[in-house]
Amino acid sequence: MKYARILLNNETVAVTVNDDNSVNLEDGSVLQEHEITWLPPSEGKIFALGINYANHASELNFKAPTEPLVFLKAMNTLIGHQQKTMRPDNVDYMHYEAELVVIIGKTAKNVKRENAFDYIAGYTVANDYAIRDYLENYYRPNLRVKSRDTCTPIGPYMVDAKSVGDPSNLSLKAYVNGELKQSGNTKDLIFDVPFLIEYLSNIMTLSPGDMILTGTPEGLADVKPGDEVVIEVEKVGRLTNHIISETEYNNNYRSEVNNVK
Amino acid sequence: MKQNRNVFGVALNHRTLRATMEEHFHIKPHVKPPTTPVLFIKPDNTQISHGDSIPAPHSNETIFAGPALGIVIKKTAHRVTAEQANQYIDGYAIVNEVSLAEESFYRPAIKAKCRDGFCPISTTINAEQVSKPESLNIHTYINGELKHSTNTDQLYYSINELVEFISSFITLEKGDVIITATPPRDETLALNVGDSVVIEIEQLGRLENSVVAEQEL
Repeated sequence: MKYARILLNNETVAVTVNDDNSVNLEDGSVLQEHEITWLPPSEGKIFALGINYANHASELNFKAPTEPLVFLKAMNTLIGHQQKTMRPDNVDYMHYEAELVVIIGKTAKNVKRENAFDYIAGYTVANDYAIRDYLENYYRPNLRVKSRDTCTPIGPYMVDAKSVGDPSNLSLKAYVNGELKQSGNTKDLIFDVPFLIEYLSNIMTLSPGDMILTGTPEGLADVKPGDEVVIEVEKVGRLTNHIISETEYNNNYRSEVNNVK
Repeated sequence: MKQNRNVFGVALNHRTLRATMEEHFHIKPHVKPPTTPVLFIKPDNTQISHGDSIPAPHSNETIFAGPALGIVIKKTAHRVTAEQANQYIDGYAIVNEVSLAEESFYRPAIKAKCRDGFCPISTTINAEQVSKPESLNIHTYINGELKHSTNTDQLYYSINELVEFISSFITLEKGDVIITATPPRDETLALNVGDSVVIEIEQLGRLENSVVAEQEL
């Protein structure tokens, strides 16, 4: 089963999703994809992993870490499927990152690796954009790089854990304007899904809805306004996003605010 | 316990702490001083209220109080300038930004700062009732004894500059909190199981919490 949240008449509505991306409302009615606005499929804490694929670590000239490099993002950064991400003017390098996302299903504290799957509600897809110009060597990767408004597309929906089965052998792909740019497999994760749940829940309490973005493999490239970026995770979904310029973003934001008023 | 607001901290924003780091700023892994405020997140599981217990880890690592002034956001703030910032501030809160030792500022301090109950926050005092938010005494009492004093005049980036910087890429929402600065975590701020810790900020009031072994909760 696939679960999503959409914006309908300015309200967040929970729906289930069909194979053609049409959605079923609670009252039984069906809306086609072109009629809806996708929201992020979950709400909660957002963890993300840095350099969690061996090949990506070497691409960045980093030694593979001996402990997970975890950072947090705030909800402001999430946007849904088919939404727009702003590239600031005057930056040199903004890249996508294809990632498998784990969504927590029940309160988790001090969970052991062997029980970790009991705490997973399902999986989704994220594109964990980074703007490398803003990297500084303080709490790196810093929030200005990683928790920016519009810079974490996620979705389109959550697929329940049972339908996905084993998350440790799923292919991930990123396409820019239809061209395959990044390709990897979750079997190459340095710290796998059950490890991450044990590790994080040992530090703090995880709650239903919390998301873990598990990291990205090698194959990064710069993206520019006008680009269409698609992330695919096998058995989980296909997430589409478009890059816009800062000027277009500012104009859009103003018109959105005016519409609400 | 679940809170629906973002709490952002600003590391290295206390002048005394910055001074202790001056030498380290120029060597590896930092290489050069930070050019912008260094932010971190105190997630929902850390946020507790006056009177709640702070769980101490059973590893027995020392935990430290983090006496700080918090800015509470009034309404959606998107790309606000420092000049406009006042219109977006609802008021101020007393925050105890509890942390394990701040051994490194190189990687995100999830283990040190994101444990359950590591961010007591008081109720909000309306901005109109706080005359000079950038010159308020902050006192920390442990078991009734005054252990540490600082002042909000130690901010490196000002309140308005922080609102401008953060809102330039993070849309802040009503109720969001910015923890302005915490002093160096020296021994005077160390907390033990059984301690009662009070952060008192002039014009704002007192925030009191007790430290409890986490296995007892």
